[in-house]
Amino acid sequence: MIIKTPDILTRQFIATGNQVVFMGSFFRNIFRSGFEWNELIRQSYLVGYKSISLVGITGFVLGFVLTLQSEPTMKEFGAVSYVPSMVAISVIREIGPVIIALICAGKVASGIGAELGSMKVSEQIDAMEVSGANPIQYLVVTRILACTLMIPLLTLMADGLALLGGFVASNINNSMTFGMYFNKAFSSLAFSDLFPAVIKTIFFGFAIGFVGCYKGYNSDRGTESVGLAANSAVVSASLWIILLDAIAVQLTSVFAYN
Amino acid sequence: MDTINPDTSISPGTAAPKDDAVIRISNLNKSFGDKKVLIDLSMHLNKGENLVVLGKSGSGKSVAIKCMVGLLTQESGSLKVHGSEVKDLNEEELKQLRIRVGFLFQSGALFDSMTVEENLEFPLTRVLQLKDRDDIRNRIEEMLESVGLLDAINKMPSDLSGGMRKRIGLARTLILKPEIMLYDEPTTGLDPITSGEISELVLEMQKKYKTSSVIITHDIACAEVTADRLLVLDEGTFVAEGTFEQLKNGPDKLVRSFFK
Ligand SMILES: Nc1ncnc2c1ncn2[C@@H]1O[C@H](COP(=O)(O)OP(=O)(O)OP(=O)(O)O)[C@@H](O)[C@H]1O
Ligand SMILES: [Mg+2]
Repeated sequence: MIIKTPDILTRQFIATGNQVVFMGSFFRNIFRSGFEWNELIRQSYLVGYKSISLVGITGFVLGFVLTLQSEPTMKEFGAVSYVPSMVAISVIREIGPVIIALICAGKVASGIGAELGSMKVSEQIDAMEVSGANPIQYLVVTRILACTLMIPLLTLMADGLALLGGFVASNINNSMTFGMYFNKAFSSLAFSDLFPAVIKTIFFGFAIGFVGCYKGYNSDRGTESVGLAANSAVVSASLWIILLDAIAVQLTSVFAYN
Repeated sequence: MDTINPDTSISPGTAAPKDDAVIRISNLNKSFGDKKVLIDLSMHLNKGENLVVLGKSGSGKSVAIKCMVGLLTQESGSLKVHGSEVKDLNEEELKQLRIRVGFLFQSGALFDSMTVEENLEFPLTRVLQLKDRDDIRNRIEEMLESVGLLDAINKMPSDLSGGMRKRIGLARTLILKPEIMLYDEPTTGLDPITSGEISELVLEMQKKYKTSSVIITHDIACAEVTADRLLVLDEGTFVAEGTFEQLKNGPDKLVRSFFK
């Protein structure tokens, strides 16, 4: 197989350029008059409320399993009482945001990609544009903002449920009151743990919404491109989340812990 | 094409446009990759006229009218609507133009996630920026009445038949009372009775609102009722022009084959 490097480079270059332009039109359209409040609320409901059970169960199980898995090892060091704070720190700082964002990339980004993709293929986006309405404002701005707002909230909820899961798990072997567990969990947590984590999830949410919209909005003609848009939305959104996480870790270690 | 006989059909696209032509196209070229779809296309649409465009499937009819609203951009040639070159318009000017030009999509292009009422409301609240609920409701009901689908007002597009979708799509476009209408196959896939009603509706729009229209169709009955003038598109360029009678009795085999 001959790989034509210039072709791939050119295509990548064009794709990046298109994404920048798309992002530009997103930001321009946020501040335009006629903001679609109702649609933002509807999308927030679809992104947030409809993911509650999936995200909630994931969060709970995360804390539950993490506690059960680490207790035997910690026992060897005689450090079982540190398990709650260890779980709290690892879930809130790192595992919670990343796992929830990846799950939402699978659920939300693919949904947005498929929805906008099929609207594109069936000429609904063209129809909106041709009537003089603004499809970016109606479809894209609302979805990206809904994700940017809802993913952090979902992550916070998952964090809380993970602690609850940890509490339930630690009560299987030891008995600990609810109050005591949370005291321990929060004893080593600081504002500098929560704050960067929340900021990070805002960016994850934005990436999920942006990638879903970009892939859907720019899908090709033909029905097979709808599936393709959904699929590549999940892949790119996941990549973005992992990349952003790596950057966030670097930034927090520079700013927060110095 | 050498089969055109200048005695029976005017050489296509060259009939002098009237001074008040609302659309003027000259030497338009459009291709996708290597595929040339429109080649040196020239035409005009006079004010208040119903222009029917006939052509085989894939001859570039939909591409041509998509260029007229700036959904596609030509590689070369000039395309003027209301005197302004479409490809040179900025975002705001294009929006203003699009408000005056209605476009019926071949597929209907109804918004899947909205009811019929919300579909019709969309351009009223977004484009005309109407606020008065009663006024909006009245306009929607009046429009649905004229396409004969008032009882579908609360249905979702997925619950409608193909023909009903097309009529709702038509209603959504006509509700803005555009000065120019571009119909992409308004009657295809409809029964003869409904087709007849749609054709009457096209005529009514022309009379009532002095709409100028381009009507793409394969439906010869619809063409006969609505057309003031016809153009035949083949392989990206117009090959014949004339009135219904002129083309029907013309010598060109391709052209006559549409009238069977
Ligand atoms: N966006 C596009 N990208 C690539 N090719 C296109 C695009 N739009 C149209 N084409 C091609 O241009 C040609 C003309 O298409 P067009 O839709 O204008 O045909 P048509 O005359 O409307 O046919 P029909 O009567 O079947 O609707 C076709 O070969 C089609 O594949
Ligand atoms: Mg077509």
